[in-house]
Amino acid sequence: MVVPYKPYGQLALLVLCLPPYRIIRGVDIFLQQVANGLTLGSIYALVALGYTLVYGILGLINFAHGEVVMVGALTALAASKFLLAAALPPAVVFVLAFLLAAAVCMALGIVIERIAYRPLRNAPRLAPLITAIGVSIILQQLAMMLWGRSYHAMPQLLPEMAFALGGVQITVIQLVIIGVAGLTMAALLVLVNRTRLGRAMRATAESPSIAALMGVDANRIIVLAFLIGSALAALAGMLVASNYGIAHYNMGFMLGLKAFTAAVLGGIGNLAGAVVGGLLLGVIEALGAGYIGDLTGGVLGSQYQDVFAFFVLIGVLVLRPAGLLGERVAERA
Amino acid sequence: MSAGMNNARMPRNVQLALAVIALAVLPFMVSAGLGNTWLRVLDFALLYVMLALGLNIVVGFAGLLDLGYIAFYAVGAYVYALLASPHFGLHWPVWAILPLGALAACGFGVVLGAPTLRLRGDYLAIVTLGFGEIVRIFMNNLNAPVNITNGPKGIASIDPIQVGGHALAQPLEIFGVTVPALVLTYYFFLALALLVMLAGLRLQNSRIGRAWAAIREDEMAAKACGINTRNIKLLAFAMGASFGGLAGGLFASFQEFVSPESFSLMESIMVLCMVVLGGMGHIPGVILGALVLTVLPEAFRHGAGPVQQAVFGQVLVDPENLRMLLFGLALVAVMLYRPSGLWPDPRHRQEFNSR
Repeated sequence: MVVPYKPYGQLALLVLCLPPYRIIRGVDIFLQQVANGLTLGSIYALVALGYTLVYGILGLINFAHGEVVMVGALTALAASKFLLAAALPPAVVFVLAFLLAAAVCMALGIVIERIAYRPLRNAPRLAPLITAIGVSIILQQLAMMLWGRSYHAMPQLLPEMAFALGGVQITVIQLVIIGVAGLTMAALLVLVNRTRLGRAMRATAESPSIAALMGVDANRIIVLAFLIGSALAALAGMLVASNYGIAHYNMGFMLGLKAFTAAVLGGIGNLAGAVVGGLLLGVIEALGAGYIGDLTGGVLGSQYQDVFAFFVLIGVLVLRPAGLLGERVAERA
Repeated sequence: MSAGMNNARMPRNVQLALAVIALAVLPFMVSAGLGNTWLRVLDFALLYVMLALGLNIVVGFAGLLDLGYIAFYAVGAYVYALLASPHFGLHWPVWAILPLGALAACGFGVVLGAPTLRLRGDYLAIVTLGFGEIVRIFMNNLNAPVNITNGPKGIASIDPIQVGGHALAQPLEIFGVTVPALVLTYYFFLALALLVMLAGLRLQNSRIGRAWAAIREDEMAAKACGINTRNIKLLAFAMGASFGGLAGGLFASFQEFVSPESFSLMESIMVLCMVVLGGMGHIPGVILGALVLTVLPEAFRHGAGPVQQAVFGQVLVDPENLRMLLFGLALVAVMLYRPSGLWPDPRHRQEFNSR
C-alpha cells in the first residue's frame, strides 16, 4: 500500500505552480490562488484518503463515500445549530459537532460495509459498484427527506478574521482546514506505517489470505478502514461546510467525484498518493479557474474549472497509468 | 441463444410469429390500457434498450468499464440537433444525420479509446467518467464566444424524424385506421432496436466477439494468442459509441429538444446499471435490464402518490423522492440476491462460480 518516497507529485506540483511569467498578473494573486487551492486540496485529500483506504484493502471503489461526506456536513450543521442554541461557546460547539458527525458517519460506514459490500466480497467485480451506487442514491434521498432541497447556512463557529501573510489573505477557517487536515493525515500515516494495527492493515492489503494465516482478522481490518474513512469524511464534510458556509443534500456527489479523481491521480491504494493527489488537484483547480481566462484571451472562463481537473487527470494517467505515486501493478484482473 | 431458452415444443417459426404479433400489438394495448404517458415511456424504453446494448459491447463483451458512455449519446443528440433545427437554419434529412451522428460518436469513441487503452479497470472507469463530464461541460458552455450549442438553454424545435415524406410526430392514416404518432415512433424505434440487437448477437458470435471475450477474461493471454488487443479494444469503444450516437439522434428527434442536463453522469450510471442489473454480456438480460429500469421508476412515479393516499389518507413522502429511494433499494436488493444480474449468460455464471 505504501511505497518508498518518490517525489513525482511534488515535482509536478512545482512545475504546475510555475506557469509562464506574463500570465501571472501579480505574485500576490498567484499566491492567493495557491492558498485557496491548498484549502480545497486539503479537503479533497481527506476524502481521497477514505477512498484509498478502502480501495487499498478491498480493491473496491466505495462510490457511496461522497454521500458520507454530505451526511457528515449536514449532521455537523444540525448539531452546531442545536448546540449554539444551548449557549455553548463556538469553539466547543465546533469540536462537539465534529464528534457527533464523526459518530454518525462511522455508524453509517459500518452499515454500508455490512449491507452493501460484505455479502458481495466474492461476487463479480461490478456488483459492489452497483450496490454502492444504490446506497448513494438512498442516502441522497434520505438526506433530501430529512433536510429538504434547500441550501442550509452553516453557523459561523470560528472567528471571521483574515491574516495578511505577505499580501495573501488567509482566513481562520482556511488555516484550521489546512492545519487539521495536515495533522490528521500525519496521524494516519503514523498509524499505518508505525503501529501494529497499521502493519495488520498493510498485510491485509498485500494479501488478505496470508494476513489471515498470520492471525489478522481481515473483517476487523476492513471495518476499521471504513471507520477511519468515515471519520475523515465527517471531518471533511464539516470543514467544507464551514469554509463555504453552506451545506446541501447534493453536495457529496461532485466532491466525492473530485476526491476519487485525486485518489486516482496520486495512485489509488496509496495513502501518501491520496494526500499529494488531493492537494495537487485543489491547487490545479484554483490556478486553472483563476488563469484560464487570461491564458485563452477570455475565450474560456472559470466555468471550465472542472474540465481542467479532468484533463489533468487524463494526462497524468496516460503518462503514468498507475497514478503519480502508485505502484506499477503488472496484472490486476 | 435467446430462442434456445424457450420451450422447444413450439416450432421456431410460430414463436417468432407470436413475438412479432405481440410486439406489434403492444403499443395499442398500452395506449388503450394505460394511456399515452406510458406509450411515451415505452418509446423511451426502446431508446434505453439501444443504449444499454451499445454499452454492453464495451462493458459486457470487452470488459472495459465505461462510466462516460452517455457522452456518445450526447454527441449523437447534438449532431442531430445542430443539423436539423432552426438553431443554424439547417434541416438535413434524417437518413443523412443519423449515420453522421453515429459516425461522430464513433470518432469520439476512438478519441477516448486511443489514449486510455493502457489503463485497466478502475483507472479506465475514472478516465471515461472524466471524459463524459468534459463533454457535458463543453456543451454547457459552448455558447460563447461563438454560439454552437446554445449553452444550458439547449436547442429547441428540432425536426421530427421523416420517414418516406411523413413526419413521425404526426398521426398516419392507413386503410382508414389512424395510427397515432407515438405508435409510429414506437415501430421506428423498435425496428432500430432490433437491428442493434441483431448486430450485437452477430458480433458476439463472431471472431471479434470471441476476441473481446478473450480480452475480458485475460488480456495477457489474449495478446499471447495473437489478438491485436489495441485494435480490438478500440473497435469495442467505436462500436459501442456508434450505437450510443444512433440512440442519441433518435432521442433528439423524439424530444424535439436537447440540453446538457439530459447527459449527466447519473444517466451514464443508469445505463451501466441496466447492463449490470440485467446480466453483463448477455443480450436478452441487458434488454430486460433496460426495460425494468425504465419502467420501474416510472411505475413508482405514478404509483407512489395514489398508493400513499389510499394507505395513509395523505401523501407523506414526495413521490419523486420515494421513486429514487425505491430505485436505490431495488439496485441494492437485486445485486445482493443476484450478483451476476437478473438474467445472466448461463456460460458466464459458470465462469463466475468457478472462480
